[in-house]
Amino acid sequence: MMQLQYFLIVAAALFCIGIYGLVTSRNAIRVLMSIELLLNSVNLNLMAFSNFLDPQGIRGQVFTVFVITIAAAEAAVGLAIVLSIYRNRDTVDMEQFNLLKW
Amino acid sequence: MNLADGVQIVSFVVLAAMMLGGALGVVLLDNIVYSAFLLGFVFISMSGMYILLNAAFVAAAQVLIYVGAVNVLILFGIMLVNKRQDFAPVPKAWLGKAATGLVCVGLFVLLGAMVLATPWSLSTLTPIGDGALVAIGKHFFTDFLLPFELASVLLLMAMIGAIVLARRDFLPGELAEPDETVLTLPERPRELVSSKK
Repeated sequence: MMQLQYFLIVAAALFCIGIYGLVTSRNAIRVLMSIELLLNSVNLNLMAFSNFLDPQGIRGQVFTVFVITIAAAEAAVGLAIVLSIYRNRDTVDMEQFNLLKW
Repeated sequence: MNLADGVQIVSFVVLAAMMLGGALGVVLLDNIVYSAFLLGFVFISMSGMYILLNAAFVAAAQVLIYVGAVNVLILFGIMLVNKRQDFAPVPKAWLGKAATGLVCVGLFVLLGAMVLATPWSLSTLTPIGDGALVAIGKHFFTDFLLPFELASVLLLMAMIGAIVLARRDFLPGELAEPDETVLTLPERPRELVSSKK
């Protein structure tokens, strides 16, 4: 019998890996990929709850479709921002995007 | 344990191993092109997880949108900013990485303890299965109508915003000048912030 807890623990592990990549990456595109990992782990949580707690209403699947939509929009805008920064600073190193630092 | 449960467990373990290994590769590998392809691998195994959770439609949408659109977009982004450079080492970088790893492991332990300690009110109804597509459509056009329409407006805004942000500024008067280098695109000369110092 599949358990809800298995899916939640795998999603938690994926979320933690995504957070680690988000904080420690130097490359701006890798930061975007880490954000995709975070969104995917949230999706897995929603789908697991939808299957085990609300199997007839499946509102979790509806929310997952919304999150996928937002993720696609976020990837497009994020990559456009990275391209724009790259044109201005000629690098994708996150440590050098410090114009607004005190 | 009957046969179906065994198959489910085995495929769950295989999918989870693929997904977590791929995610670690995305975060830890040096070559970013390998990271992007491993990201597609993670997305595909995630759609396998969705099939295990009786959601065939969302699994198909996952493959279409994530692997087909987002991952390809990221690969294009990598190729557009493809600059091989060695990042200047930051002093005490290992300290930040160790602290982040510690925080992430702590967060995982916290979440795991919460997951295992919570008494989930599991439903005993049978999953809707293949009727999920009809149910999702009903949700979209009845109780989730406003978010559905707002999502389409948001997609339009994101598309226009991405075009505006990523567009190059052309100078139409200077297109015919032959003294430019042949292989460069005509583009407004930009001032690099780093070169002004």
